[in-house]
Amino acid sequence: MADGYNKPIPIPQPESDNYWEGAKTGELRLRKCDDCNQAYFYPRNICPDCGNNNTSWIVASGNAKIHTFAIVHRPPHPGFMDDIPYVPAIVELEEGPRMATQIVNVEADPSKISIDMAVKVVFESITDEISLPKFEPA
Amino acid sequence: MPVMDKLKNLSGTAAIVGVAESDKIGRTPDKGPLELHAEAGRNALADAGIDKSEVDGVFTAGYSTYDVAEYMGITPHFTDSTSVGGSSFVIHIAHAIAAIQAGYCEVALITHGQTGRSDRARAGGNPGLPSAQYEAPYGIIGPPVAYSLAANRYMHQYGEDRTREAMANIAVSTRKWANMNEKAFFYDTPMTFDEYHDSRWISWPFHLPDCCLVTDAGAAIVITSAERAKSTKKGGVSILGAAEGHDHAVLHQMPDLTRTWGRHSGPQALEMAGLTHDDLDLAMIYDSFTYTVLATLESLGFCGPGESPDFVADQRTAPGGDFPLNTNGGGLSYTHPGMYGIFTVVEAVRQLRGETGKRQLDDCNLAMAHGTGGLLSSTGTVILGRD
Repeated sequence: MADGYNKPIPIPQPESDNYWEGAKTGELRLRKCDDCNQAYFYPRNICPDCGNNNTSWIVASGNAKIHTFAIVHRPPHPGFMDDIPYVPAIVELEEGPRMATQIVNVEADPSKISIDMAVKVVFESITDEISLPKFEPA
Repeated sequence: MPVMDKLKNLSGTAAIVGVAESDKIGRTPDKGPLELHAEAGRNALADAGIDKSEVDGVFTAGYSTYDVAEYMGITPHFTDSTSVGGSSFVIHIAHAIAAIQAGYCEVALITHGQTGRSDRARAGGNPGLPSAQYEAPYGIIGPPVAYSLAANRYMHQYGEDRTREAMANIAVSTRKWANMNEKAFFYDTPMTFDEYHDSRWISWPFHLPDCCLVTDAGAAIVITSAERAKSTKKGGVSILGAAEGHDHAVLHQMPDLTRTWGRHSGPQALEMAGLTHDDLDLAMIYDSFTYTVLATLESLGFCGPGESPDFVADQRTAPGGDFPLNTNGGGLSYTHPGMYGIFTVVEAVRQLRGETGKRQLDDCNLAMAHGTGGLLSSTGTVILGRD
């Protein structure tokens, strides 16, 4: 664990163990419904569209575009005190689903970031078990 | 799907006969949340002239009804702890109508109480919920960050400058109403457009005055049948329409960041009431953020997608404007303890009764109160009319 990491840390759950194991190895894994032939987020065993269990895992390309972002100046949690201003975002993955994330390796300035900007996944290791998928300009 | 013929038969069958806040709102460091529930409940029953012993239906959110009922010494025959954020207490109104008409109870008490200002401890969050794994680790925690993400999407779709101006219009007009409400947190604090634009960033694109207050407060509502309402102290304010729903929980699952469930609950409530937007004299719309108002006005159908910046232009929603909005000063400038929805109803009832002093609207006969909960997740809409 990075020394003094005091932000919320995901606790993998039965339906997300594989997602977090993937992230640790540098893979962004998505669930896909084999009946609907559609990927979805967040990982769950039951397809949110058709309700069937005929679902599998795929590895996403990691390519995405920014659906929206913000620039946080007042941290909502003490763990983010040293990070402000930081850039939370929702990105739309090439495979279709949207996920929440952060945009990194960019200046936290609304003139330097734009909606629809192409981004790609990077993984930030925060504990021995957890790496967070974040995105940087492609 | 909702069966409109049946809903229309429910229109006007129940009435709000009592509304109140807790004894004090704003800062109440010496009071706990359940005490605020109980104070507001007691005050609303007094407003109705109904004894506590007659309450047989209890509705609340945040706490379970058994916590509130035990504290107040009530043993209800009907209980509803539906908890979907700040809209919950508006949604309870629909549930109360149904329960009263079905015969489950005769006097429904809806209570709220939170000490958002005095109790700043943050819940750790349930690790089994998606927010703990997929949003919180990125600093997407709490409403200001989430709603600012939605607002930026709106700016992208409909224009940054005109959206910014509209957000300023809402912040300033709402403050003007607060300056006419002695109970408002910002009663003594006016705000100019320059002050708005010069204020610090909380989460861009939100300035500080784009964000609601964090206060301590409680409120309560008493509902009974239209028939029984006639014998209460002040008579009833008729509940003409009520609708609810939600389409996501965590923000990134929201189908369209610019459209809330109000797109369903608004039209449904109006149709149940047999009314249109133009019939309304007052709109009380949950203003957790300035942006919430813009997205909600469009979702409810007061104007089309992307049109709310024109709709609220030139202080149209301010005192003296032709679209009175949030006349209590709103969550932005009156009070916002966390789940504010119930206060939209309290103000609507008071305006319909003609009890709001210098901010009283002329000829207020029909009002909409609309709550939003979670991360733009749930909504409840009610249409209220003076008998």
